[in-house]
Amino acid sequence: MPALLEVAALCAGYGETEVLHGIDFAVAAGGVTALLGANGAGKTTTLRAICGMVRARGDIVFDGEAIAGRATEAVARRGIGHVPDGRGTFLELSVEENLRLGAISRRDRAVGGDIERMFGYFPKLRERTRQQAGTLSGGEQQMLAIARALLLRPKLLLLDEPSFGLAPLIVAEMFAILARINKEERMSMLIVEQNANLALALADHAYLLETGRIMMSGGAAEMRENAAIRRSYLGY
Amino acid sequence: MQALLHQIFSGIATGGIYASVALALVMIYQATHHVNFAQGEMATFSTYIALTLIEAGWNYWLALVVTILVSFVIGLVIERLLMRPMAEAPVLSSVGVFIGLLLIFNSVTGWIFSYSVKAFPSPFPETSRLLGGWASPHEAGATAVTLIVLAMVYGFFRFTRLGLAMRAAAFNPVSSRLVGIRVGWMLALGWGLAAGIGAIAGMMVAPIVFLDPSMMSGILLYAFAGALLGGIDNPLGAVIGGFAVGVIENIAGAYLVGAELKLTLALIIILAVLILKPAGLFGRAIVSRV
Repeated sequence: MPALLEVAALCAGYGETEVLHGIDFAVAAGGVTALLGANGAGKTTTLRAICGMVRARGDIVFDGEAIAGRATEAVARRGIGHVPDGRGTFLELSVEENLRLGAISRRDRAVGGDIERMFGYFPKLRERTRQQAGTLSGGEQQMLAIARALLLRPKLLLLDEPSFGLAPLIVAEMFAILARINKEERMSMLIVEQNANLALALADHAYLLETGRIMMSGGAAEMRENAAIRRSYLGY
Repeated sequence: MQALLHQIFSGIATGGIYASVALALVMIYQATHHVNFAQGEMATFSTYIALTLIEAGWNYWLALVVTILVSFVIGLVIERLLMRPMAEAPVLSSVGVFIGLLLIFNSVTGWIFSYSVKAFPSPFPETSRLLGGWASPHEAGATAVTLIVLAMVYGFFRFTRLGLAMRAAAFNPVSSRLVGIRVGWMLALGWGLAAGIGAIAGMMVAPIVFLDPSMMSGILLYAFAGALLGGIDNPLGAVIGGFAVGVIENIAGAYLVGAELKLTLALIIILAVLILKPAGLFGRAIVSRV
């Protein structure tokens, strides 16, 4: 499969502190790539660097175009949907307004149909369209964040720890929906997770990040069998 | 009874002016968490532009529209040139810039248009039989104009894509960028709209208080009192607060404290609200679950 996103020698950080020390990775078109690693490894920073939210150096080629150094809104308009760390809900606005904001940069008239399709994946959101988004539960807000990012009609979906702080049952339901979205919409995904078990079940390819460097990479099945990963990240 | 009704109605008319300026303050406050102290002087400057056009023989309503457009551009340019580089600056630096803007606008207005007090025309007739004796046609007309403006602003924010994008940018700039909203431009548009609303308020109040370079300084205080009374983070609350301050001020001025202490009363309202209900009457705490 051709690479949709190719990252080379990416360094990024906050202020004087460098968090990523030159990482290389790729996301295949139509595939799901997982970025694994412990707290502080640089997973979130990697996603932020792709979207121009932190100071970064290096090459980022998305869909045949160099996007390094672009403004966040330009990267979004170019076709990268980002489900951020902490979900990024517009707390004061209604669920429906949150969804409409996902599609706000689009000029086509298919938004209504797309919102309906999102209700198909996330039926709970339909019952809550008029409700203030800040009153949703954590799981519902995460679903809302995913739906909002998909309404941009991105070519690539970035997911930053979607399982964070959620009950196991909700997480299982959400990952099943993500797998469906990957298959049915051929949506390419780059997912960051501390929960390696979950991520490797969804992904076809994975990278292991440790203190700002890629330590290992390979097919998801292969990574799952790897003794070091099993010991450190899978717990068996 | 007739006199009381008259006082209430004139309070609503001036309250509408305060409500407009309060709304302009809230719009910038929501986006930047700063109060634009120069909002009043900017409106005064706009009112002088309108007077210049009208004295040059322009139709009143055409002058109104052109003044709104020019003010919009001035607001936009101020945001782009002055406020944008200040985005990461500490609060006190921004306060300094706002006070600087206030003084600059005040003295530039005086320098260009002179400090002498001028009469400003009203587009409404001198007298009308329709309203009986309890409201002047200008008061009724100004109130109508204010209500139309407020309804249009409400409709814009509530029902248009651009309005939704502007609200989103004010509430959550990071998430807004992630869905492709150009947050910097939304802020600039907010400044433009606030300046436009201020211009209308200036043109509506000038026939009542007469035009001089410091015309809006007292009105800004009343508007600020209204915004705080209603809740500085709530546009509807600020509008209601503005009307309330107008009515309170008029009745108190006529029956309780007299005209000399009207402004003092506005300040007492600010203090009382801050002490008793820091978020304002309609200021809501954000509901959130994490």
